[in-house]
Amino acid sequence: MLLSIRSLTKTFPGTRALDSVDFDLRAGEVHALLGENGAGKSTLIKCLTGAYRRDGGTMTLDGAPIDPHSTVEAQDLGIGTVYQEVNLLPNLTVAQNLMFGREPRRWGLIQTRAMRAQARATLAEYGLDLDVDRDLCTCSVAIQQIIAIARAVALSGKVLILDEPTASLDAAEVRMVFDVVRGLRERGLGIVFVSHFLDQVFDLTDRVTVLRNGRKIVTTETASLDRVRLIEHMLGRELEAATSHQPVARGSRPPMLEFRGMGRRGTVEPFDLAVGQGEVVGLAGLLGSGRTESAELLFGLRNAHSGEARDRKGPLDLRSPRAAIAAGFGFVPEERKTDGIIADLSIRENIILGLQAKAGWARPIPRAEQNRLADDYIGRLDIRTSGREKRIGELSGGNQQKVVLARWLAMNPRFLILDEPTRGIDVGAHAEIVRLIHQLTETGMSLLVISSEIDELIAVSDRVIVLRDRRHVAELTGEEIAPHRIMQAIAATGSAA
Amino acid sequence: MNTRALPLYVTIGIFLLAYLVFWLQFPNILSTRVVGNLLTDNAYLGIVAVGMTLVILSGGIDLSVGSVIAFSGVFIAILLRDTSLHPLLVFAMLLALTTAFGAGMGFLIDRLAMPAFIVTLAGMFLARGAAYILSIDSVPIQHPFYDTLQKAYWLMPGKGRLTLIGVLMVLTFVGGMIIAHKTRFGASVYALGGGEATARLMGARQGRTTVLVYGFSGAMAGLAGIVFSIYTGSGYSLATVGTELTAIAAVVIGGTLLTGGAGYMFGTFVGVLTMGLIQTYIVFDGSLSSWWTKIVIGILLLVFILLQKGLLKLSQMRLAREA
Repeated sequence: MLLSIRSLTKTFPGTRALDSVDFDLRAGEVHALLGENGAGKSTLIKCLTGAYRRDGGTMTLDGAPIDPHSTVEAQDLGIGTVYQEVNLLPNLTVAQNLMFGREPRRWGLIQTRAMRAQARATLAEYGLDLDVDRDLCTCSVAIQQIIAIARAVALSGKVLILDEPTASLDAAEVRMVFDVVRGLRERGLGIVFVSHFLDQVFDLTDRVTVLRNGRKIVTTETASLDRVRLIEHMLGRELEAATSHQPVARGSRPPMLEFRGMGRRGTVEPFDLAVGQGEVVGLAGLLGSGRTESAELLFGLRNAHSGEARDRKGPLDLRSPRAAIAAGFGFVPEERKTDGIIADLSIRENIILGLQAKAGWARPIPRAEQNRLADDYIGRLDIRTSGREKRIGELSGGNQQKVVLARWLAMNPRFLILDEPTRGIDVGAHAEIVRLIHQLTETGMSLLVISSEIDELIAVSDRVIVLRDRRHVAELTGEEIAPHRIMQAIAATGSAA
Repeated sequence: MNTRALPLYVTIGIFLLAYLVFWLQFPNILSTRVVGNLLTDNAYLGIVAVGMTLVILSGGIDLSVGSVIAFSGVFIAILLRDTSLHPLLVFAMLLALTTAFGAGMGFLIDRLAMPAFIVTLAGMFLARGAAYILSIDSVPIQHPFYDTLQKAYWLMPGKGRLTLIGVLMVLTFVGGMIIAHKTRFGASVYALGGGEATARLMGARQGRTTVLVYGFSGAMAGLAGIVFSIYTGSGYSLATVGTELTAIAAVVIGGTLLTGGAGYMFGTFVGVLTMGLIQTYIVFDGSLSSWWTKIVIGILLLVFILLQKGLLKLSQMRLAREA
């Protein structure tokens, strides 16, 4: 075994990012590492490359224990990494990038001619013949990616980690990069391949390891795995125990909002969406399928290139979040820490933020009113805290999420978008949020819920829309809302390239 | 063509064009006398611009150099007046001091992750204040060795004088070119200017490079201070106010990207000469106010900033077409 990881554990305040994860890498294999956001892929890679220090567990490379403190140290040990965004310097030439830090020298001075010759020889191994004096930024992204791989292999030479290397490449370029990767596999390198394009995983890799919520779910031969099983491993069925997943039967709802032909080039293909009063629409799909982007279009965070929105009274202006809020929309974003809460403000300040912004800063909400609102929501949503003046950053993830919800509820929106509302919160709080969604619909509020967890979608949705490759591909209602139907719709072989 | 080198060609083109235009009006401007004076008059500016080029290439800025030049002059003048130390020893002491001063600023910039602008702004006030403390008045330098230095020149054909300080500037530029383009330290400087996070991932030693860059700039400011004291024969705490900005202008006119990562040491040399040439023209003309220098430099700066933006757009468009 080339690389062997045993019971790797990494904890961040409030979350256990990796929980006793095992991972093995053989020499001469391409090993896919899969999982949704927050599954622990990137934490695992960062522990491996020295960007993070692990809290527990062991890592051995070629039988010797390793404990890298920095990416450079990991590189010297033999572990090289290529990232999604090319990590080379666009302002230097191809040769300078390839040879940076190991330029041939005489009398302390760089021998430019020798450096060029070495760079050309290195690239020739990868079947590339190009002018090494070109600035890197004039090369196509695929070429840059191959140069990055060549550099990483030259510097490390045992383990190569490819972290979503194909995210910004087209089909032909992907083939080019894959040929290079296959060549390296022949040479006996161990390659870790992270991607959320399943077609590429089946095309390239020998084995697959799936992580979910910081745990290893399975390691298996790629050939023995079918697509639906794989998606099931990735998305999981964790909620089953915590809540019933009885399909929702609220009957048909009077239409309230209608979106027609909403789309944005390169982001989401145009889609139609009608939302009834008190209805919950679920969005299902894998990471990168266009779920969040669809929501952002509806909330005006990204401007749609086409389409219109209207309610029963007439067309709606959704050109900015401010306009969307004025139209009665609300949006609870996926990245709670960066987009949802303001960590240094108190619970009370976080709750009144939206209301105050809507009222305008010239009309401050009286302190007594603020206190009343904060206490009211702390009670109603069962926010566990020692008081309303506590810094929100000190709360657990689930309680932070309830505060963000309270902020929107205080503004009484008619249409609330929840993007992964239960990400990174414990099972108990999870069930509470599901219950809360049901309560909100009874007051006539409509919701759009994005979730990677199929059981959660089933538990709350009247309708489920499935996205694949930035397109709304299926709409399931009533009896159709069942785990296997959703997974089949996600898995249907598309043009994922 | 390599788009990165284009600003350099433009700089050289503008310099040659300006020289041609001036020559048509005043044929004398081509004489070795004028060339000699151009080197002598801009010696201190050129030397300090060598340090500034490296700083800007690394993505930073050094606002302290003008004050450090003034401090250097006063430091030398006072020591030569009040002690019997040999000027060469005083020079060595001064260079050690200014290098350490620069390196200290580099250390703070790196360790505290502070903007170079703020740290070197503090350095600017510190150095200027230190100069005032030494002496408020202009202190003349009277020393036989200084007389030798000031009179040292080689006569060029056509009676132009190639002075010691002019030669020193040219040699400094040669040294600067070797450091910037031929050493791993120079490669690290370009790497930092291209992107700090990436440079770190590629194994550049950010802390060491930052300290060395500002230390080098401090050393160049000290050397420029020595040259300025030879040029003026005195030390004055009010001298060279704003020289740091003139040096930055020379670097940018020389085709170096103000955000770092791209540019050539030779470009700065041409940039310094271009600015000196404009000054010379205004002197030749006689009727123009010397403030026209500032206006022309302002226009040139604007042209170069627009040129850099335009080139960026152009290369992006070309990339989009290839993709």
